[in-house]
Amino acid sequence: MTTPSQALAPAERAVQLLGGDLSEVALRQHLEGLPTVDAVGLEARAASFGTRSIKTTSKAAALDTVIRMIDLTTLQGSDTRGKVRSLVAKALVPDASDPSTPRPAAVCVYGDMVGNAVEALGSAWSAGKDDGINVAAVATAFPSGRASIGVKLQDTRDAVAAGADEIDMVIDRGAFLEGNYGKVFDEIVQTKDACRRDDGTYAHLKVILETGELVTYDNVRRASWLSILAGGDFIKTSTGKVQPAATLPVTALMLQVVRDWERLTGERIGVKPAGGISTSKDAIKYLVAVAETCGEAWLDPHLFRFGASSLLNDVLLQRQKLTTGRYSGPDYVTID
Amino acid sequence: MTFLDYAPAPESTSILGLRDEYGLFIGGEWRPGGGTSFASVSPSTERQIAMFAAADEGDVDAAVAAARKAYRNVWGPMSGRDRGKYLFRIARILQERARELAVAESLDNGKPIKETRDADVPLVAQWFFHCAGWADKLDWVGLGANPQAHGVAAQIIPWNFPLLMLSWKIAPALAAGNTVVLKPAETTPLTAMLFADICQQAGLPAGVVNLITGAGETGSALVRHPDVDKVAFTGSTAVGREIAKALAGTSKKLTLELGGKGANIVFDDAPLDQAIEGIVNGIFFNQGQVCCAGSRLLVQENIHDAVMDRLKERMATLRLGDPLDKNTDVGAINSTAQLERITRLVDAGIAEGGEAWSAPCELPKEGYWFAPTVVTGVEASSTIAREEIFGPVLSVLTFRTPDEAIAKANNTPYGLSAGIWSDKGSRVLAVADKLRAGVVWTNTFNKFDPASPFGGYKESGYGREGGRQGMQAYLKGGK
Repeated sequence: MTTPSQALAPAERAVQLLGGDLSEVALRQHLEGLPTVDAVGLEARAASFGTRSIKTTSKAAALDTVIRMIDLTTLQGSDTRGKVRSLVAKALVPDASDPSTPRPAAVCVYGDMVGNAVEALGSAWSAGKDDGINVAAVATAFPSGRASIGVKLQDTRDAVAAGADEIDMVIDRGAFLEGNYGKVFDEIVQTKDACRRDDGTYAHLKVILETGELVTYDNVRRASWLSILAGGDFIKTSTGKVQPAATLPVTALMLQVVRDWERLTGERIGVKPAGGISTSKDAIKYLVAVAETCGEAWLDPHLFRFGASSLLNDVLLQRQKLTTGRYSGPDYVTID
Repeated sequence: MTFLDYAPAPESTSILGLRDEYGLFIGGEWRPGGGTSFASVSPSTERQIAMFAAADEGDVDAAVAAARKAYRNVWGPMSGRDRGKYLFRIARILQERARELAVAESLDNGKPIKETRDADVPLVAQWFFHCAGWADKLDWVGLGANPQAHGVAAQIIPWNFPLLMLSWKIAPALAAGNTVVLKPAETTPLTAMLFADICQQAGLPAGVVNLITGAGETGSALVRHPDVDKVAFTGSTAVGREIAKALAGTSKKLTLELGGKGANIVFDDAPLDQAIEGIVNGIFFNQGQVCCAGSRLLVQENIHDAVMDRLKERMATLRLGDPLDKNTDVGAINSTAQLERITRLVDAGIAEGGEAWSAPCELPKEGYWFAPTVVTGVEASSTIAREEIFGPVLSVLTFRTPDEAIAKANNTPYGLSAGIWSDKGSRVLAVADKLRAGVVWTNTFNKFDPASPFGGYKESGYGREGGRQGMQAYLKGGK
């Protein structure tokens, strides 16, 4: 288990927390010294979020918040320019019958589709500013991450050059499970560096842990902590290509990590559950978990996102029901 | 309004068809009591729920006679298999009427609907199902072949889990072939009266279950009645002691489940976030009005500050208020008397040098309320480290080594429950082995199951409820 002490790429947060002579050993000791997780207790706590009864005005506010936090996503091999245009149109006008409907935070596409998404968004594109819809791109040989570092970094640079405001990278789960934390760490640091734009600003970096492959909650806590140390702006549960994808206990655990990070450093990191959240009812459970774990400050698209495709229409149906007092049906929301 | 203000989501009381007045349920019929009727109020509003009859000595006599008659003529001779059928039927009706029972319990006791709905009532049904299964398998309880019922059981239950304690008493007694006279606490008689309806609905033969209401004198007359064969009591150590004295020298069998001052021990390798939940559950579940509450937190000195910071942060998110609101975490204290006791003990703790911190929640104007409170700087000699408070008040002590934790945990006249929080299995087992407590939970707290025996050491009582041991308490060896 002993790993020779080797220098890691410098990452500001890790250096501040672990000291200047950042080594694989120091990193390993730090991660393995984190408090453990009791699975039964964590799952019981997560289940308790689901028993909150969110009604009337609270529900209306929650539904709008959910929409504002959605990364409207299409990640298929069969994606076309037409499909991406259609997705963008949905983001621009989620509910044609109600112009007061808020817009989602971002559209999330494969790297080669970023240019199309930017073009389709037109003036609604945020272009790295805070006003408008972001374009998020998955990168680093998504979803498996099984490629050379050179390919992963070029994948990232291409997406950023095409206008991606956010990069959703995957970690090397194989390296993590081998105990090669240094490799995982270095790749995140390098990907962060590849997010740098010509003007010196950075695309936001979301680090996908693929918790369905890490399996244990202790692994999820270590990987979350590692991703933050290496410079991630967001930690994200899943690619959506592996089952189980996002679960409430895993998300609750990651929220505990970002809450602890804030307690330690004052800095706020975002959390993004992705995959498998398709109903308003489920999404509201996540909002409860966010508010009761990290506080209401986290109910903000800068700090919490849903990676989802079918969720939006279910939220719209619920929203229409609250407005009109009756249920419509799937033909009263648009399929894009 | 912010998101965390959660719009009100109260459970409706329209499901309850309550009467204005309840009598005594004796021999399958309702009859008035000889004593002066009393009111039960809702602790969260101080509004009267209904009037209840008070049983005098004549009523107690009639109830015991009805139970004796049913034991001799119907229930005693009945086969275990047929007794089991009645119990299964009761269990199913309890499930069918779960929502109504949860609302009634919350209204009468003041505890949150969340708890009655998710803990109390499901456990009540579970207890009846479990004991129903025992009814035709009594040869396997461990007393040899063909064990016999005692006869008439007199049972007195407390106000903290009214219907759950009723099920812990009545289900095993009936499964074993006894008939019962049960007295609920005077502040929480409502669900016992609903249970009388359920007995009628199940077609339970008259006199098998008799329910009499009243205060201390009624209970005293019941346990002293000469035709009672078995007494089971759950409540305070002081009353338990009185009962033990009254029964000394008689042939009556006795089990007592009394007070506690449970230690919740948190080691420095504990899963911290879950330990915080466990501490909260251990002392704020049912407003801390739990005999097995983890009311003494023993935390390893090197993580004391971290645990306190996280605990206070978590306590600040607890929602105190209308017990019938589905989002309420902490309900009302059951009575003014109990509220006064809690207040007095916390004041004593502060006077002795403890530092009290209460969650910043607004207390409603009407009703009996006490904010979740943690008292640090408590020494083993402090009043609040020794006396049972029976309220939402956690006393915090520290320790340095496992041996010290064990010594401090055992240093109490009680011995009902304890909790251990550690990621290290060998340590958990070694410490649990040395704790003198009837129940030791590891990395969890306040978990109950009808298959698991529950009961105390020392001043926490004797006898066990639940499991094989719980059945034994209602049986004697076969002829």
